[in-house]
Amino acid sequence: MGEVVVLAEQRGGEVREITLEALAAGRKLADKMGLNLAALVLGSVVEKLAEQLSEYCDTVLLTEDERLAQYNSENYQRVISHIVRERSPRVLVMGHTSLGIDLAPRLAVELGFPLITDCIDVEFLDGRLYATRQMYGGKLNARVSAREADGYILTVRPGSFHPSKAAGKGVVVRLAPPELGGEARKRVKGLVAPTESGVSIESADIIVAIGRGIGEKTNIPLAEELAKLLGGVVACSRPIVDKGWLPPDRQVGSSGKTVKPKLYMALGISGAFQHIMGMMNSQLIIAVNKDPNAPIFNIAHYGVVDDLFKIIPALIKKIKEIKGMK
Amino acid sequence: MGLSARIVAVPGLWLALDIIVCVKYVPDVSSTELKVDSSGRDIERRGLNYDINEWDDYALEAALMLRDKHGGSVTAVSIGGEEADRVLRRCLAKGADKAVRIGDTRLNVNDPFTVAKVLSAAARKMSFDLILTGVQANDDGYAITGPAIAQHLNLPHATLAKKIEIVDGRVIVNRELEGGVEEIVELDMPAVITVQSGIVELRYVSVLGIRMAMRREIKVMSLDDLGLSSEEVGEPWIRVEELYAPRVERRVEFVGGSPEEVATKIVELLKRRGLL
Ligand SMILES: Cc1cc2nc3c(=O)[nH]c(=O)nc-3n(C[C@H](O)[C@H](O)[C@H](O)COP(=O)(O)OP(=O)(O)OC[C@H]3O[C@@H](n4cnc5c(N)ncnc54)[C@H](O)[C@@H]3O)c2cc1C
Ligand SMILES: Nc1ncnc2c1ncn2[C@@H]1O[C@H](COP(=O)(O)O)[C@@H](O)[C@H]1O
Repeated sequence: MGEVVVLAEQRGGEVREITLEALAAGRKLADKMGLNLAALVLGSVVEKLAEQLSEYCDTVLLTEDERLAQYNSENYQRVISHIVRERSPRVLVMGHTSLGIDLAPRLAVELGFPLITDCIDVEFLDGRLYATRQMYGGKLNARVSAREADGYILTVRPGSFHPSKAAGKGVVVRLAPPELGGEARKRVKGLVAPTESGVSIESADIIVAIGRGIGEKTNIPLAEELAKLLGGVVACSRPIVDKGWLPPDRQVGSSGKTVKPKLYMALGISGAFQHIMGMMNSQLIIAVNKDPNAPIFNIAHYGVVDDLFKIIPALIKKIKEIKGMK
Repeated sequence: MGLSARIVAVPGLWLALDIIVCVKYVPDVSSTELKVDSSGRDIERRGLNYDINEWDDYALEAALMLRDKHGGSVTAVSIGGEEADRVLRRCLAKGADKAVRIGDTRLNVNDPFTVAKVLSAAARKMSFDLILTGVQANDDGYAITGPAIAQHLNLPHATLAKKIEIVDGRVIVNRELEGGVEEIVELDMPAVITVQSGIVELRYVSVLGIRMAMRREIKVMSLDDLGLSSEEVGEPWIRVEELYAPRVERRVEFVGGSPEEVATKIVELLKRRGLL
């Protein structure tokens, strides 16, 4: 019986949520294709992870080697392609994360497996593999097909599939690692934590967030004035940090902070998924964007389709009025 | 010819650094309404403005800085029709030494695996120490091309670069992981690196610079020039079957009216919620 294999990701000895989500995507395909669902765990001492994962799949494939203790694409690729050659899975699933982005394309080319990245849905229909993914910054969805091949690779977008436990408990199968020798052309030197500048947007109840729509650095004081009147702080989308207009610890999103304020005002932010990831659990989301089709309106509670340079000053004026300020 | 690493691994001593930067021209969609065309598989492209892919702009800038520091050359390469020339001219105006466009109507530029194969073939025709691509193209967002090129050329790679340094003939890259954590990796050269936005500050191009670049040569190559047959390029690995507006259940309530009316309504809302 063939398999759908899901590559597990860990952080600090715990299975990452994305792995359970990838397993949910894998389950959908496995059921449709009549295949087993397996989780693949690579690491140095990872039996505990295998135990956790056994509740979500039929088989846990476990390969332990001290050279797998930290992620290095060269070693991971060698081990995974070896396992794929031995077991011939039909589909390999990973998260669309910094690991999946790094590893999946190389494996695809090495194995000749078509890869569809950043999938929000997957489907097997009439012997062909299809995935749904977003394009153009989330403005359009695309249904993408893979050419027929012996196997396929998918990376799935975080937050798109809902983990569910399996009926039974999966069997743990130990696989010996292949020869990992050979000259390492890539060496991992370590991790660095992000630098903090002082303002913690994570503990703020009210966040006024600005995006590229703010136009110029010189317009930021406008947002700061509004934030101050509301008793909140200014946060931002990635391009604002990229330009050096605000420090990195003000960035909301997958590569920045995750926030859950009582109020999140998104001003001139389109709503790319990497941004949404960091603020979707805010209690109240008000978005101002001049584009009625901006994806931010897909998750906002209240929306204003207008120029933020008209709306912010009007808001400032109104709040000052009710506060009895001039 | 081919993958000649011209870096000498002796501390402090090397010949110049030759860098290939892959650039894509993409439609600027941030404030435009997108329509699906009659094929149902692509967007209606008439009337759209095109520009260099944001991530490639950063890749180019990073390449220029490395070249300015270590000497060598920067070659911008793009696969596409004549429209891509505009983006290549911009690269020249910013300081790229050479520009190459691979234009061939037989090519399916919408398949990242085709693109990676062709870019690899082009790289084989040049000598280089580094190939830089963007992390992703902001139209398709596949994030496939860079590492796929590395595999075709059997070179080490690093994705999501937030910092690139050359030390003793090797390249040190800070990779951006989730939550702003960075991972430091060291690669032998030649190597392939995908560049994350924000890696360096972007410089502006002057109108004069663009005008001067109009006179510079863009070398146009076909598949034949690359020694690739249509058979070798093969069929696309993945293809868009259908494009459509996301069918999401929106919970949004739009607040309309003049800015004053909108402000009044929002302030009322915030008061009701105890936020003001
Ligand atoms: C690996 C990776 C990680 C990433 N991590 C993050 C992250 O952590 N956080 C993050 O934010 N992004 C992240 N990104 C980038 C993300 O994909 C988007 O590029 C980014 O979020 C876009 O920011 P934006 O909405 O400000 O800009 P744009 O997408 O350019 O949107 C600007 C918006 O402003 C509107 N606008 C313009 N002018 C006005 C005006 N006068 N009034 C009102 N509206 C106006 C436009 O209609 C548009 O919708 C990441 C990308 C990658 C590849
Ligand atoms: N047509 C193209 N010409 C040159 N480079 C490209 C092209 N398409 C993609 N690339 C490069 O590959 C990167 C990632 O693209 P993608 O894999 O499509 O997300 C881009 O940032 C470019 O550097």
